[in-house]
Amino acid sequence: MTQAARTRELIPVIGLEVHVQLETQTKIFCGCSTDTADADPNTHTCPVCLGLPGALPVLNEAAVEMAVKVGKALDAAIPEQTRFHRKNYFYPDLPKDFQITQYDNPICQDGELEITVEDSDRLIEIERAHLEEDPGSLKHAGGSIDQAEYTLVDYNRAGMPLMEIVTRPDFRGPEEVRAFLEKLTEVLEYLGVFDADRDGSLRVDANISMVSADAVAEDDSIAVATLEDTNRTEVKNISSHKGAQKALAYEITRQRNAIRRGRAVEQETRHWDESRGVTVSMRSKATEKDYRYFREADIPPLRVAGWKEQISIPELPDARRERFGTEFDLSDETASKLTATKAVADFYESLVGQFDPDFVATWTADVLLGELNYRDRSVESVDRKAFADLLELVATEAITEKNGAEVVLRSMLDDGAHPETIVEREGLGKTDADAVATAVATAIDNHPEAVADFHAGEDGALNYLVGQVMAETGGSADPQTVNQLLEEKLTS
Amino acid sequence: MSSEYNAFITDATIEGDGEGVLSGATVAVKDNISTKDVRTTCGSAMLESYEPPYDATVVRRVLDAGATIVGKANMDEFGMGGTTETSAFDPTENPRAPGHVAGGSSGGSAAAVAAGAADLALGSDTGGSIRNPAAFCGVVGLKPTYGLVSRYGLIAYANSLEQIGPIGPTVESTARLLDVIAGPDEHDGTTRTADLEGSYVDTIDGDVSGTTVGVLRNLTEGSDERVQTRFEAAIDDLRAQGASIVEIELESIEHALAAYYVIAMSEASSNLARFDGVRYGVSGGYDGDWNEAFASTRNEGFGEEVKRRILLGTYALSAGYHDKYYKKAQDARAWVKSDFTEAFTQADVLASPTMPVLAPKIGENLDDPLALYQIDANTVPVNLANVPAISVPIGEADGRPVGLQLIAPAFGEGRLFRTASALE
Repeated sequence: MTQAARTRELIPVIGLEVHVQLETQTKIFCGCSTDTADADPNTHTCPVCLGLPGALPVLNEAAVEMAVKVGKALDAAIPEQTRFHRKNYFYPDLPKDFQITQYDNPICQDGELEITVEDSDRLIEIERAHLEEDPGSLKHAGGSIDQAEYTLVDYNRAGMPLMEIVTRPDFRGPEEVRAFLEKLTEVLEYLGVFDADRDGSLRVDANISMVSADAVAEDDSIAVATLEDTNRTEVKNISSHKGAQKALAYEITRQRNAIRRGRAVEQETRHWDESRGVTVSMRSKATEKDYRYFREADIPPLRVAGWKEQISIPELPDARRERFGTEFDLSDETASKLTATKAVADFYESLVGQFDPDFVATWTADVLLGELNYRDRSVESVDRKAFADLLELVATEAITEKNGAEVVLRSMLDDGAHPETIVEREGLGKTDADAVATAVATAIDNHPEAVADFHAGEDGALNYLVGQVMAETGGSADPQTVNQLLEEKLTS
Repeated sequence: MSSEYNAFITDATIEGDGEGVLSGATVAVKDNISTKDVRTTCGSAMLESYEPPYDATVVRRVLDAGATIVGKANMDEFGMGGTTETSAFDPTENPRAPGHVAGGSSGGSAAAVAAGAADLALGSDTGGSIRNPAAFCGVVGLKPTYGLVSRYGLIAYANSLEQIGPIGPTVESTARLLDVIAGPDEHDGTTRTADLEGSYVDTIDGDVSGTTVGVLRNLTEGSDERVQTRFEAAIDDLRAQGASIVEIELESIEHALAAYYVIAMSEASSNLARFDGVRYGVSGGYDGDWNEAFASTRNEGFGEEVKRRILLGTYALSAGYHDKYYKKAQDARAWVKSDFTEAFTQADVLASPTMPVLAPKIGENLDDPLALYQIDANTVPVNLANVPAISVPIGEADGRPVGLQLIAPAFGEGRLFRTASALE
């Protein structure tokens, strides 16, 4: 590429602020339950999370422990002590009109996470990660905030523990962002601190600017001055991996077009409108608020020196994938499927001792996950003992693989019956050799025209006879054995 | 009885549900301390009809100890004042010096005790708000060590400085109330356990022989001459009872007042943000967006002094001014703390006049905020240093009570009660 062409080429530079909800039992500063999924509005509240005058926050150390686990997984530094600040701004969903968050001394600093995009590895640096409380949520009666006749506030969400993970501007494209979010949530789920299925558990803000390709150095770094001189937008309201990729792809095109047409990119906050697939201007950064951060005196500094060493974390996805590959002799693809979530990996590992590893891998990664996916169910809903019994029936050839997968497993998942019961109910027990031999003889006797066709060299004849035998045995005969027996009889 | 001096904003009878050291006693509760289903106004129109759905920890403790709460005591709006004249519910008059202010901000609490309308009272002290009215009304008032008494349920003015504390007619009754309210609370993460054997009441033996009292010279010399005369007489009395008297000069104290106001106003600007009309104050009917509605509610619901402090505090925390004001005030606070630590290597307790002036006439200083801020000069260093201090009556001058302030190291309340009892 010529230098001139390179200059015209624009490269996106993206940094993320990822908010994840930590799966503590109670809120971050009070004893209210975090299990608010089906609750009526304002039923999971108390003086503290309502921000009533005189109420005081008391730090839930379980949230801090979870944050330390995350820090450990991201290879971040944990400080000697951590403390909280107030971020002051007025907003109708904010009970105290300030948010308790962390400013200096965040719980995690300088971490990293490796991602793989199109077979190449990229290391994303984590600048910091801190704890904070979630505000309440607003319900605008009759549409958007601008048009609503009135707005209702639900404080059930107020005080939910959030962790904000801030990356350095290390992303060079939307696919990297998506890969990062997938990897991050996978790690968080492995740590048992995050539930991707919880509504609103992931919220992403992305900062994005376009720099000319020749500003990117050999080692992929970009000078700080270049970034400071380049206007960027902050895209808010992203709530999924896919949404992040789409929002950023849109924003890259929008900024690139603006620059090509000679227009400046405004430094501003933009809102990702998922349904329309566009970003919309919210407010210009120039008028952004001054948050007047200062120490939260109601929460004494917490000493966390040594916590990182004391708190253990489970084996993380990368390490487990690698181990599955070598220990159980699985392909990369299968090992990846089996370690995609901790629940699946635990499920596999709990069965692998009783059977051939490759056999369990096929039945878990291909058969079971396929059926679960079709039913939009998770592996946690599967009776592990019953599944093991099913594998036992197949492994000992008491039933055929086909019946095991298509009849027994499906029925087991749908009506919860035990495999043995299903086998009996459906008469699937593999028929003994005599019965098969009898059925073969009967088929030959009863279908002379098919026998003639077979001898005339017609392709479908043998299959037809196999079908007859299978019907006779109620599907419990092994099709291959039947095939073999028929051929022997007809050609002898 | 209460209407006589306007000591109470709300008359109420809350019967104690326990039996204990306060059985039979009546207690006035400052109106910034939450009482379940009994309105708690903070002396502000903003909270004119606010009824908390929960009791402050100290309220639970006095009720469990058998006391009966007899009313919610008048106060400067959100504690911002030293005369109870910024109350939205009219000033409290001084029962011991009619026509004069009762002091503040816990003016209603001290006046209720002085008038006999309550046996005891709970006040709160952010920069002198218990000691000031105790001195003006001729009663005993204690500001405890930061963290000794739970603040859960205390509507915050400046949360890094303030403590709830007891007011009583005598040192002993004040100590008894502290015995009831002191101690850790799971609802307040800043509470700590005092290393105390027995009770505070047990510390009162009037024995000051062997006690070294450090007189804070720079606070004494700045006081009204009539106050100084009473103060010197009280110090002579302590010396006569066997105390050693030394003089102590705290260099940092000159900066304490400025530092105090910057910190208190900064914290207040944040603590009072929640009063935005969504759940408190007049809401609705305003033109414009929610931001403008918030502004209208706050403009209408807050009094002048509260608005002044919120504005100044917001300014002090703003980008570009934070380092110049807020950070500098924190540095001064650290200096005051270390100065006190140093002073306590030379004396067991420190002494000064509680107030540098006699109680002013009602209305006398109302229009001069700076003059009002300056009367806090002797009390605010204690809050900056998180240490305890007591005000004990030492007679009258010009028909108005004078109080002496004793200061001890953190959790040295026992020393305060012992020394103060020698002055009764």
